[in-house]
Formats: sequence, C-alpha cells, structure tokens
Amino acid sequence: MNTQQLRKERIDRGIKVRSDGLYALMSWREMVYLALPRFILIAGMLSLPLLMPGVYWQRVISIVCIYAILALSFDFLAHYVGLVSLGGAFFIGTGGYIAGILNSYFSIPPFLTVPLAAVIGGAICTLLLFPCLPLKGVYFAIVTLMYPLFMARIIEAFDIFGGTDGILGIDSFSSTFVEQYFIVAMLLIFIFAIRRMVTTDMGLIFTAVMDNDQAVKASGISITKYKSLAVFIAASMGCMAGACLTHIYMWTGISMFALDFSILPIAATVIGGSGTLVGPLLGCLILVPVSELLRDFGTLRIVFYATLLVGFILFKSEGLMVFGQRKYEQFERWKGI
Amino acid sequence: MDILVYGTINSVSLALMGLGFAMVYGISRVPNFAHGALYIICGFVTWTLFQKVGLPYVLSIFLALCVNGLLGMFMYRFILIRVRGMNISEIICSYAIGLAILEGLRWGGFRGMTNTLPVFMEGSFMLGGVPVDYHRLFMVIIGLLLLAGLWVFTHYTRLGLALQGMAQDEQAALMIGIDSDFMAMLAMGFGAILAGVAAILILPLGNIVVESGYNVLIMSIAVCIVGGLGSWMGAFFAAFIIGFAQILTVVFIGSHFQMVVALMAIILTLILKPSGLFGRQKELEERV
Repeated sequence: MNTQQLRKERIDRGIKVRSDGLYALMSWREMVYLALPRFILIAGMLSLPLLMPGVYWQRVISIVCIYAILALSFDFLAHYVGLVSLGGAFFIGTGGYIAGILNSYFSIPPFLTVPLAAVIGGAICTLLLFPCLPLKGVYFAIVTLMYPLFMARIIEAFDIFGGTDGILGIDSFSSTFVEQYFIVAMLLIFIFAIRRMVTTDMGLIFTAVMDNDQAVKASGISITKYKSLAVFIAASMGCMAGACLTHIYMWTGISMFALDFSILPIAATVIGGSGTLVGPLLGCLILVPVSELLRDFGTLRIVFYATLLVGFILFKSEGLMVFGQRKYEQFERWKGI
Repeated sequence: MDILVYGTINSVSLALMGLGFAMVYGISRVPNFAHGALYIICGFVTWTLFQKVGLPYVLSIFLALCVNGLLGMFMYRFILIRVRGMNISEIICSYAIGLAILEGLRWGGFRGMTNTLPVFMEGSFMLGGVPVDYHRLFMVIIGLLLLAGLWVFTHYTRLGLALQGMAQDEQAALMIGIDSDFMAMLAMGFGAILAGVAAILILPLGNIVVESGYNVLIMSIAVCIVGGLGSWMGAFFAAFIIGFAQILTVVFIGSHFQMVVALMAIILTLILKPSGLFGRQKELEERV
C-alpha cells in the first residue's frame, strides 16, 4: 500500500517574481508579461462587436456588456464593501425608468439621459436603500431582493409611468456603432476605475468596513457615510446599465425589475470569480450568449444557469478567473512529504 | 364580519406557508429560498399521481408528502450541507435550486389554468352571515391542529427536544451527542413536508400555477421576517397581522395592493426592528 502522502506545491513563476514592482521595467519580456492580460481584455472587448456576424449577435454583445456592468457593481459591493445586494434589478429598473421618463416626457436626447440616469438613479437608489444600510448579511440580502419586486408592484398598483404597458417609443442611440462602443468603453472604464479605486485610501476603508466595521467606527470614521458612498457608486453603474438597456430596447417597463437582472449577474460573478472584478465580465461572456442560444427553449435557460450556478458554488467556488490567474502566475506540482 | 372571517382564513393560510420556512431557519439557520418551489412541486406530484396515474386522493397526497420530505432531505444532504454557515452562498444556492425547479416545471408545460386539485369536501355553510366553504374550514382547523402538534412535538418528544436544542445552541447540542448535520437534514425534510401540507391545503382553492411559487416564497419570508427569523410563534402571530392587513387593504383600497402590503411589511420590519416582533437573538449581531 502506498502510504506516501502528497501535497500540492505552488511556486510563483520567476517572471512573476521579477515583474513585481518597478523592476518590471527592466526588460520587455516582463513588461509584456504584465501587459498581456490587460491588452487581451481591452483589445478583445473592442474588437468583439466587429467580429460578430450580424446585427443580432452585435446586440447580444451590448447585452453582455450591460450585464457585465451590473455584475461588476455586484462584485464591488459584495466583495469589497461587504454588502451583498441581491437587487440588481432595482438598479436596472430605476435607471431604465429614469431614462425612459426623461426621454419620452421631457424629450432629452440619449447622450444626456444616460449620465443623468446614472447620477439621479444612483441618488434615488442610495436614498431608498439608506435606511437598510445598518443591516448586514442575510438581512441586507433579503431586503434588497424585495426592493425590485416592491417597485414593480407599486408601479403596477398605482398605474404610473405607463403602468403594466411601460413607456413606449423611447429614442434609440444614434447608430449601432455608437451604441456598442459607448457601452464597451463604459465597461472598460468602470473595470479599470474600480480596480484602481479599491487600492486607494477610500478602497481601504471600504474593505475595512467589510472586515470589521466596529474597528472602523472606533477609528472615528463614519461607516454609514462610506457604505452609502459605495452604494451610490454601485447604483450609478447599475442605473447607467439600465438606461442603456432602455435605449437599446426603445422601451421600459415592469420587466426591467424582473428577477433575471438580479440572478444572472450573481451567477456570472460566481462563475467568473468573485472579487476579481474582471471575472464578472468573463462570466457574462459565457452565460449571456449561451442563454441567447437557449432562447428557443423558453425558460429552460433559467434552469440552465441556475444549475450552473449551484454547480460552481459547490465545486469550483473560486471561479474561472482566479483559476486562470493562478495558472498564469504560478507553477503547481505534487510533492511528497 | 366579512373581514373577520376572511382575515382569519387568509392568516391561517399565510401561517401554513411560513411555518416550514421558519422551522428550517430556526433549526439549521439555512434560509431555504427553495421553499416556494417545494410548495409547488408537492402540488404537482399530487396532481400527477391523482389525475394521471389514478391513485386515490388520500394515497397520492401521502406519497407526495413523502416525496417532498425526501427531496428536502436530499437537497440538504447533497447541496446545502456544503455551503452551510456561509450565509450568502446558502441564499444564492437555495434560491438557484428553487428557480431551477420552478422554471423547469414551467418549461415542462405546467402552466395555464388546467391543473387543479379537488377540494376535500364540497359545499359551504353560513358563518355569521358570511358563506364559508367546508374546505376553508378544514384548512383553518388543520392549520391550528398542525401548530399545536408541532408545539407538542418540540416540547415533549426526544427528537423534538433535540431539534430545539440544536436551534438554541448548536455547539452545546453537539457536545451532548446530537448529530447536528442529521438534525439539520431532518429539519429540512420537515420543512419540505410542511410546505407540502400547505400546498395540499391551499392549492385546491385555485389553480396550480408556477407563479404562485414565487408568491409563496415572498409571503413566507414576510411572515418569518415580521415574526422574527427562527421564531415559530412569532411567525404565527405575524401571519395574523399580515393576513388581516392584507384583507383590510383589499376591502378598503384595492386588491392590487395585497402584495405591496407584504413587501412593505418586510422592508419596514427590517428597517425598524430587524430581529422581528418575537426574535430575541441576532439583534446585536446584525445591526451595527
């Protein structure tokens, strides 16, 4: 019987060690090693709309990016601030309705409604979520899950903003080119901006709020202020995504608050890798096209991604991005002990 | 009188929906977001056995309850046990399971108004000038009996006491030899059976539609949050509060607002008093 035990040893690649810090500038090879993943991300996202075979699949790429922005906001809020919000649909719906109202009642053009929806929507979401900010864990998750349902029922019950029909006849973006590259560019800007932000002092406080809020409080820093700031950032991103979605569909309605927008970004984040900020995009790039392919099967696609989500949570909870990152940066080998 | 009678009936049906959720959360601390799916699946199993296979009604109800209990236990044993203690993964995982079941049923063709279960007894009688059919009376009686039975079970049997011990302090329960994973699995099974009982009592009053799975989930969360997560008595009283509030809004404002009341109750309770009306623990932990 083989009694020798093995353990997996992980060693950083030499190039990873050498390219940490300023020394990366010593050689081209190390600079390429550092720049390659970022280059693949940027070049890949910018060329995706061109590579797609038709208007339909180009539209799918826009939807991917919208979901990715939403998933990014979920990832930021959950893994850098510690507020797990299950209410992605709340952000999408608020942004969508604001863009719809501004465009159809006040006839403001799309290039103004989108930023306006981001700012106003972010403010409204923060204001509505403000009383729930002291909550943690399950309680915050449940209350945010209820908000989109609540908004949908309110709109239905009071019959405001077009009631169950929604607001029709909203302007679209001036061309498909503008539509796609605007959304792709916003997504890339958001990813890099959030990555930069979480390393600043403010990001440090956010992480501290997640790890130990009492300690933050003891340092004389207001938790509520930073939590609401984080919610505002995340909500603005979500609302902007919602506004873009409204202009793409040229319609806004109760289904903007649908559960799809809450569950798919979470699934994408889990599959792509939680806390990596790029992972959500990877997850969306996998999930959204597959769910489009399964559109003929109706609700089977929801079954599909719910099952995938459970599978990933159980068996690969680190997600694809963390896995890939490890392979890129480290050797792994089995070693006897 | 209208309000009193229908308020009571509505409250008892809410209590039935919420009881299973409260039980699972109270014992294993797993927020079982697949509760609505278990509710619907029991209805469909009963319907299939009764209408398609042609078994007697009572037998098909019994078999459906067994299936539901086993399903709940399997769900815990093979899926939820792996994420136990990680709140968010628990919610996401159980919610995804529920979603998969409900949407799978919808895809499998269970939609529309065609699927109904027969009531236990036809006919109705007058109660203070309000017509009440026998089935609703049954529902109230069985609901109250079930609650009493649960109370006796958890206070006077070894198994019930073990479950209660685990609900109070899992570590201490482990120390005196209570297998906490087994108990949590049982709790999940009981929760699923309770969801099934609720389904069998409530579904004959209408059609079996997949959408009601989501509503049941929301209602049971509302009842449990308002009553305090994990407190059964709290859930029962909260069911009466929400039940009467709903009937009052339907009578005085409009039936559109029925769901708004429940959602409003959840949000307000969480904002004002997150531990609920009767929840004692968690207050300090969850609020900063």
